[in-house]
Amino acid sequence: MEKTTFSTFEASKNKRGFITMISLAVLIVIAFIISMNTGYIRLTPMELLNTIFGKGTDKQELILFQFRLPRIVISVLIGAGLAVSGAVMQGVFRNALADPGILGINAGAGIMVMLLISFYPTATAAPVYLLPMVAFVGAGVTAALIYALAYKRHQGISPMRLLLTGVAVAAGMSAAMIVLTLRLDPEKYQFVATWLAGSIWGTSWKFVLSLLPWILILVPYVIYKARVMNVLNLGEQTAVGLGAAVTKEQFRLLAAAVGLAAASVAVSGGIGFVGLVGPHLARRLVGPKHQLMLPTSALLGALLVITADTIGRWILQPSEIPTGIVVAVIGAPYFLYLLARTKS
Amino acid sequence: MNQQITTRIGADKGVVKRDFRSRPWAATLILVGGLALLVLGIAVSVSFGAADIKLSVVWSAVFNFNPEIMDHQIIRELRLPRVLGGAMIGASFAVAGAIMQGMTRNPLADSGLMGINSGAGFALALCFAFFPNLSFMYLILYSFLGAGVGAGVVYGIGSLAKGGLTPARLVLAGAAFSALLSALSEGVALYFHIGQDLAFWYAGGVAGTKWIQLKIMFPWIGAALLGAMVISRSITMLSLGDDVAKGLGQRTGLVKLAGALIVLVLAGSSVAVVGAVGFIGLIIPHLTRFFVGVDYRWIIPCSAILGSLLAVFADLTARMINPPNETPLGAIIALIGVPFFLYLARKERREL
Repeated sequence: MEKTTFSTFEASKNKRGFITMISLAVLIVIAFIISMNTGYIRLTPMELLNTIFGKGTDKQELILFQFRLPRIVISVLIGAGLAVSGAVMQGVFRNALADPGILGINAGAGIMVMLLISFYPTATAAPVYLLPMVAFVGAGVTAALIYALAYKRHQGISPMRLLLTGVAVAAGMSAAMIVLTLRLDPEKYQFVATWLAGSIWGTSWKFVLSLLPWILILVPYVIYKARVMNVLNLGEQTAVGLGAAVTKEQFRLLAAAVGLAAASVAVSGGIGFVGLVGPHLARRLVGPKHQLMLPTSALLGALLVITADTIGRWILQPSEIPTGIVVAVIGAPYFLYLLARTKS
Repeated sequence: MNQQITTRIGADKGVVKRDFRSRPWAATLILVGGLALLVLGIAVSVSFGAADIKLSVVWSAVFNFNPEIMDHQIIRELRLPRVLGGAMIGASFAVAGAIMQGMTRNPLADSGLMGINSGAGFALALCFAFFPNLSFMYLILYSFLGAGVGAGVVYGIGSLAKGGLTPARLVLAGAAFSALLSALSEGVALYFHIGQDLAFWYAGGVAGTKWIQLKIMFPWIGAALLGAMVISRSITMLSLGDDVAKGLGQRTGLVKLAGALIVLVLAGSSVAVVGAVGFIGLIIPHLTRFFVGVDYRWIIPCSAILGSLLAVFADLTARMINPPNETPLGAIIALIGVPFFLYLARKERREL
């Protein structure tokens, strides 16, 4: 008797999860369409439709296919990547406030990207496919550094110490970054400043291609590991008791999270808070089960970034606000709200 | 404050001694020696630069000024305001940090970490963008205002939390709020094309300090430092805990208000001059407490001296690393400050 109630409960949860995900997907499609419409040159829905089916003018095609579409696709990809990365970090560290931005991992990736840019003749010539790799190295080294600095013998990693260490390392990184910025010539400076503010700057299909494999491999991998994450969530000792190879799994998951964050940061710069907001809302909507929570986070992250990017292009036309700023304006108050609500 | 009390805390990990003594002799040594060292540092800093100038010329430039001599001009108009500005902001950041740490009993309190610097910074970004010709006097006032709002929000959110205002929470609230404000400042900067101005300001530096800034700033900072000395005894009591302070007959609300105002004036005006230099207020009070003990009547003046020393020598280093290019002062101090912060974060065992 009890077993049946439990399974109906589970089934209803799964059903709710699916409904949530489908609604989110619909919302993303709507945002996608609105976003295609938004910008300095407006396209009416009819023109848009015509252009999509190849009947638009050359100019309309150029705008849609060469500028807007790649940008929108990129914002979907990085939104998903950052949100899943945050979800994994929150799961592995069992800390509700973990996020690649707050932990200083974005800064680590950023500094490497900036080094690459400052040693390359011009900004545009920087090899696109190299950027995620370089960012990955930076993010990985930073993650390892933060982990090592926060680790204490006999006590392991305390969540708060980890966050504080992340904050400190991020402060150090941004100091180093400022030193580097001031040495750049004005042209590169403008590029770096926009990059740091979290502008989706890689607006061509090349960047989509350089980002796609990372997201397409790592997001499904993490979702595939959802059961392991559920077990890890029960606490280290329980997880070991249930037969999980805790350290190994933690390491793999973290590597995936770092990869996702790094690839996203390489094309989007300093977009923070997505990794925090996405998973939290997801948990609220579909509960803590990672099979549901991870895909929902991905969808929410994508929706958040695509919306922020559209808002940023729309508010101050003809100039645009970097996406990262819009996300911070939405995300930081939410973080503060969470901080005020969590118990120590 | 002279009794010797040693307590044992954390008996599980062996004996950790906590020293509650005050050491007036060490404090006097710091005041006298530090002042001498500071004068030396200022002299070296004035004579060192793109054009090396002999100390004797420095002497005559100060006491026997002749406007026709080029070196005298350099010293008067560029180097002296710079080094004096450095000394002034070093002292004020350090004292602001000492007061905050004493009042909140939070070992991680610092104007840079708690949203005060970024609040002032955001106010200045708005000023640069909307009123580019604002006089420095108003710049300072807006910077106070920004500092106040920043501190208010961070402190407010930190204390809204269930389980109260822990040091770690305050730092996190500060980090998130600073991220928000710097995102907004960046947005303003990009939109109004004042990016590089603001970047130099964010980097933090004393290079562009002018006499007029010092003149406007000095009365504020001087008064605030005096005020800090006046309430120093009360801060010592507060640092023992609110209950103790109340038990000793102190009006804690009044002292906290006075302390908060002093911190805002000190940090707000310093940020207006040199930008977002963090970590001085974190490092110096810890160092000072280590040397002179727990009495804020000694901690505050010694912090002022040591803070000046740190700023002056960091600025000297900043100019020496890669001449003629300058490394931003803020970056140099972060380089010292970050490891120190990490050390504190590891050491703190309660709550963190």
